[in-house]
Amino acid sequence: MYLFQIIAIIGSVALFAFVIDFIRRGLLKEKYSVLWIASALVIMALSVKKGLLDGIAGLLGIAYPPSLLFLVAFIFILLINLHFSVVISILHEKNKTLVQELTLLRNALKEAGVDLSGKAEKKGPGNG
Amino acid sequence: MKNKLLIIIPAFNEEATIAGVIASIRRHMPAADIVVVNDGSRDRTAERASSGGAVVLSHLYNMGIGATMQTGYKYARSKGYSIAVQVDADGQHPADQIERLVKPVLEGKADIVVGSRFLGEGDYRPSIARSAGMAIFSKLVSIIIKEKVTDTTSGFRAAGKNCIDYFASRYPDDYPEVEALVLLHKKGFSIMEVPVSMAERAGGRSSITPMRSVYYMVKVLLAIMVDLMKKN
Repeated sequence: MYLFQIIAIIGSVALFAFVIDFIRRGLLKEKYSVLWIASALVIMALSVKKGLLDGIAGLLGIAYPPSLLFLVAFIFILLINLHFSVVISILHEKNKTLVQELTLLRNALKEAGVDLSGKAEKKGPGNG
Repeated sequence: MKNKLLIIIPAFNEEATIAGVIASIRRHMPAADIVVVNDGSRDRTAERASSGGAVVLSHLYNMGIGATMQTGYKYARSKGYSIAVQVDADGQHPADQIERLVKPVLEGKADIVVGSRFLGEGDYRPSIARSAGMAIFSKLVSIIIKEKVTDTTSGFRAAGKNCIDYFASRYPDDYPEVEALVLLHKKGFSIMEVPVSMAERAGGRSSITPMRSVYYMVKVLLAIMVDLMKKN
């Protein structure tokens, strides 16, 4: 076993352990951990099975098989980043709607004579 | 039913000019209601607007011009206004010209009316860089909507009921003016320009810095292309 394999195995096992621990402690939602876990497992498999790494590298015409590990890691990082950009965009849209609704709601409360501490200053129409 | 007119003023740190703008609108358009959408200003914009007699809607924090305009349109929709006019808080859009924008909407000639600085009124002279950018936008938008548009970046606009409803559900995020026109055209709304003269801003600074203007161009061009490809 080469040193690079040992380093890659340690690295991917550590990544796997961190991700599982983050989920366990509630710091990471399962939904956002899938790509991380997949990348840890794939890198782990490629570094344990030298034959697999060499085989795929040969198939792709990569002369130096360990650089396939970099390629795989790079692709995963790219996917994870793209995923985050999508998630952020969705959150942005939801955040916008939330702020707008809150803004209108606060105005409606003000019109109804309710101040923001929640106490009614004067009774609005239809207030039984 | 009587046509209810709402003036929407988006404002971010405009304490120097907001009161004057509101006073001028109240003088020229006494029947109109005024709503100031305060986009998380850190100065006294909200107080000035409120004591000037406008309804003030304050965002919890700064959300950008697109979200701010849309809050105004959502308010207009929920209150059942039939016409909404966008007026800048910096004093660029003279209140005595609002009537010109409103009239074609009232007469049913257009769903949205844009006040253009390039139809002979006033003497607006943008910098070379800015006029080049504006020329590109107006060429592009004119081609897309198959109708001549001279001032696509003008934020001085009057929107009819159906436009209000549409903008309340969908409005571009940042630098929204150009993109909004393309969206409206795609939805089949009719767009019309009327000549207006605009004043120099009475205070504050343009949000468009040289660095941002590059982003502005790229963002708007990209947004237009993507809008044309989107299904709905």
